[in-house]
Amino acid sequence: MKMIEAIVKPFKLDEVKDALLEMGVQGMTVSEVKGFGRQKGHKETYRGQEYTIEFVPKVKIEVAVNDGQVQRVLEAITRAAKTGSIGDGKIFVRELSSAVRIRTGETGESAL
Amino acid sequence: MFTRMGVMHGILSAFTCLMFLAGGARVWAEEAAAPIAVTAEAVPQAAAAAASAPKIDSGDTTWVLVSTAMVLAMTAPGLALFYGGMVRSKNALGTIMQSFILLCLISVQWVLWGYSLAFGPDKGHIIGGLEWLGLNGVGLDPNADYAATIPHQAFMAFQMMFAVITPALITGAFAERMRFSTFLVFSLLWATVIYDPLAHWVWAVGGWLRNFGALDFAGGTVVHISSGASALACALVMRTRLGYGKEHMAPHNLPMTVLGAALLWFGWFGFNAGSAVASGALATSAFVVTNTATAAAGLAWMFGEWVHRGKPTVLGAASGAVAGLVAITPASGFVGPMASILIGVGAGLLCYMAVMLKAKLGYDDSLDVVGIHGVGGTWGALATGIFASKAVNAAGADGLLYGNPGQVLIQAGAVLVSVGFAFVGTFIILKILDKTMGLCVSEGEERMGLDLSQHEERAYS
Repeated sequence: MKMIEAIVKPFKLDEVKDALLEMGVQGMTVSEVKGFGRQKGHKETYRGQEYTIEFVPKVKIEVAVNDGQVQRVLEAITRAAKTGSIGDGKIFVRELSSAVRIRTGETGESAL
Repeated sequence: MFTRMGVMHGILSAFTCLMFLAGGARVWAEEAAAPIAVTAEAVPQAAAAAASAPKIDSGDTTWVLVSTAMVLAMTAPGLALFYGGMVRSKNALGTIMQSFILLCLISVQWVLWGYSLAFGPDKGHIIGGLEWLGLNGVGLDPNADYAATIPHQAFMAFQMMFAVITPALITGAFAERMRFSTFLVFSLLWATVIYDPLAHWVWAVGGWLRNFGALDFAGGTVVHISSGASALACALVMRTRLGYGKEHMAPHNLPMTVLGAALLWFGWFGFNAGSAVASGALATSAFVVTNTATAAAGLAWMFGEWVHRGKPTVLGAASGAVAGLVAITPASGFVGPMASILIGVGAGLLCYMAVMLKAKLGYDDSLDVVGIHGVGGTWGALATGIFASKAVNAAGADGLLYGNPGQVLIQAGAVLVSVGFAFVGTFIILKILDKTMGLCVSEGEERMGLDLSQHEERAYS
């Protein structure tokens, strides 16, 4: 099992969600986050006082998937979240050692 | 240092004194109301006397009462929202409270002694006497010296709102860091020893600046130059906000600020056109130039900033409009529409430059009271000396462009006197309060924000 974390532009959330549902992903967790990469934020000016806002709003989507789904999920997210301009975000993949469905007590891949 | 209880005790005993004075005022109020009761069964002699007495004009009275309510709306909600939106969210309530409570505090001060000191019978061209303490003798018959066609109390109430907004303007200089208890004492002292005498000098019969020939239609010197100069004293005496110049201190709610600016604009028609203390030609002229100058100033700041820094900001347009309102204030009864456009453009550009300069000078006038009210007020006073015309107001004077260059010097003299008096007076008050009560909140309280540390409330929960 793998945990996939995708950090994308907030307005791309719906497209990414639809793409994941289409390919059979059952659920996901979404949070509003802030951060920066090479984009380095934006500038704000109030009566000449300039502030650089490094941390720009992003959405983080977490999806737990079977090993066999990983490649297709990565492709789906990349396709849906891409605008081609700087600040499109990143996807991280990590090992997932176990999972439990709380309602039934199922564990492992059947809990996803 | 006063303890917290000591301060509370002081405030309570001051309040007890006020209550005592108010008890005495009831008798005076009955005396003042007496002439009205006579009308129904007037003896012939009384009727003859009434015919020669000044007559109340209903149109004038309506306009002045409406204007009074409009000038009230300039302080709260106008200024409260304008300033409240510009601070960080942890100080929003504390900032709004400073304007709102001044409406309460100075309203009472004005009735008890402020009006008497400012407009009471002249003592040596310097100050009004105590004869009108508690509005003793300030009744419902017109006072021909100030406004011959409206009840004296209508004039008093109109002037009250000017006394209220002036210290409220200063609050922008020490926003986000002043102790609430010290702020109350400061405002009461400032109103009594700075505003009331200055209003007397400029507006009262016998006031020495009035006799000096300075033109100030609606309060450029008394309200804006005095608040701007006092704001400078505040910014120099009080420490800067923690993290000033390093931390993020962007306005927390600019829509609130723009709403406040628009309400200031609305209320300013009462401020300027109401200062005709009559409903008619002069009020209309003041109304038109007020709107025109404000509009021109909003455009000037916006385009100036656009050219200078690359973007037309909303805060800039709103700030420019307020700068225009400030600048047209002394001129509003003496200049025509074309002059008002030039006054507005000058205000927008000069105040923009002043605000840009502040960042380089390093003092923390949090919400730019000096840059907008000090600089805009000074420009307005000088511009009055340039553009004033007797064709607009026969009771005024001609300015530089109409063959009377001396008027500019008179205006400059009035500016210097007002700046000097307000700056030095405020400086002394602050130094005394610094030694006795302490001016700023503690570092911990400032980090927490004024809302929680001073009021135990939050604006947004």
